[in-house]
Amino acid sequence: MNTGDTSWMLASSALVLLMTPGLAFFYGGMVRAKSVLNMMMMSFISLAIVPVIWFVYGYSMTFGDDRGHGLIGGFGQFGLHGITQNSLTGSIPTYVFVVFQLLFGIVTVALISGAVADRVKFSAWAVFVPVWMTLVYFPVAHWVFAFDGDTVKGGWIANKLHALDLAGGTAVEINAGAAALALALIVGRRVGWRREPMRPHNLPSVLLGAGLLWFGWYGFNAGSALGANGLAGLALINTTGAGAAAMLGWLAVEVVRDKKGTSFGAASGAIAGLVAITPSCGSVSPMGSIVIGLVAGSVCAYAIGLKYKLGFDDSLDVVGVHLVGGLVGTLLIGLLATRTNVAHLGFGDSGLFYGGGLTQLGRQVVAAVSVGVYSFGITYVIGTVIDRLIGFRVSEEDEVAGIDQVEHLETAYDHAGSSTGGPHLG
Amino acid sequence: MKLVTAVIKPHKWEDVREALAAAGVAGMTLTEVSGYGRQKGHTEVYRGVEYDVSLVPKIRLEILIDDADQELVVETITKAAGTGKIGDGKVWVVPVESVVRVRTGDTDESAL
Repeated sequence: MNTGDTSWMLASSALVLLMTPGLAFFYGGMVRAKSVLNMMMMSFISLAIVPVIWFVYGYSMTFGDDRGHGLIGGFGQFGLHGITQNSLTGSIPTYVFVVFQLLFGIVTVALISGAVADRVKFSAWAVFVPVWMTLVYFPVAHWVFAFDGDTVKGGWIANKLHALDLAGGTAVEINAGAAALALALIVGRRVGWRREPMRPHNLPSVLLGAGLLWFGWYGFNAGSALGANGLAGLALINTTGAGAAAMLGWLAVEVVRDKKGTSFGAASGAIAGLVAITPSCGSVSPMGSIVIGLVAGSVCAYAIGLKYKLGFDDSLDVVGVHLVGGLVGTLLIGLLATRTNVAHLGFGDSGLFYGGGLTQLGRQVVAAVSVGVYSFGITYVIGTVIDRLIGFRVSEEDEVAGIDQVEHLETAYDHAGSSTGGPHLG
Repeated sequence: MKLVTAVIKPHKWEDVREALAAAGVAGMTLTEVSGYGRQKGHTEVYRGVEYDVSLVPKIRLEILIDDADQELVVETITKAAGTGKIGDGKVWVVPVESVVRVRTGDTDESAL
């Protein structure tokens, strides 16, 4: 065991945990005041459900010995069987690795909730979370994150395809984005979509959430080095460069298109850049991270308009930011991965601009498309079944009245003490 | 007795309060309101989507005064709240039948 590595991974785990509450604030501010609690709870409930199933079988399905073909891990570590405080994964205790990887799953499924804001039964969401994790996230994370070890075999994207994805541009971002598209199509548009104003009710909350996400993203990306080392440093500097450049890129689009740069655009741009650097933070140079940020920020600023052209209500732009941003970052590796960085990783080829030809770009395309298609397809099936069995939508009347009071018996803000009646005590 | 109601721009509120205090007005009630007149609203943009925001935030003042002070109070508010631009607001006066001071039970002019 390396204590330096372990210290950094303990800290990284805490950083990544904060991303889920951060996401709750980011999304919560974007919805109307009558549904902010439900929006935040869709993220928070993931903090409750996912750890339990991860301990019981999720970790084993993701990082257990491969069942063949690199598609799914086995059940040998059901209930974290055989793991003790002496167990090591690489240079860190396996317990730390188990938790660090768990936190990725928590935030990934929470990301999807932005596509179905304001209108989904909390019970249906609470069923969707574990089913989606089981059928989509655990297999896909196995493909991408489970590397062959001394005793276990890992997933096909990491070990056979050799696509480069350090922190989950495919398994987290494209995965969540494609699932969000499927779920938005199944759940349908909000009552009054495109007819009524649905502007964000609290932009300071959105900015707070974006700040917390960025803070947490250092653990997400630099922690994905799984040690306190040069790769963590590279991921750290690239995460910074991409977040910064993407904020500039998004704001530039706004200044040209809308005359002014908005705070909402600044927050969205930073997130788009952080999404795009997630897969690429371990393989591109710091100057490459600025290129990736500028492309992601400006492309995503336009991509969020697609839903109006195509007519689906991806309420908080999970597709426009996470699917598109994830694709930008995953594919640009095929152009921008440097020889030195790829050599350090020990697999893959450098990108087209660094003399590696088109080989790596091809691998990136296969990884991105495989994850996107699998996630969209299986999510569509899961969503349809849950919709038939439980029903995804609250009634139109409840949706208009506000989902917070209907689904949670609460409202977020007491405007001028306008609620009546005292507490029912005793 | 008269009730003077004024709807003014929020950023002119401090000027109006100071001018009224200088003119000897002892008290008033203030409400934050929203509405629109000829000024109409404005446009806001969220992730590239334009919203026409029709209601503009305003301050509404209500002041109970003696008949004799009507001209002075209205002129003071008008002067202090004015910017010369559209959306400065309005001042109107209505007659008041009776007033009671809750603490003492004083009525009408002696309650002002």
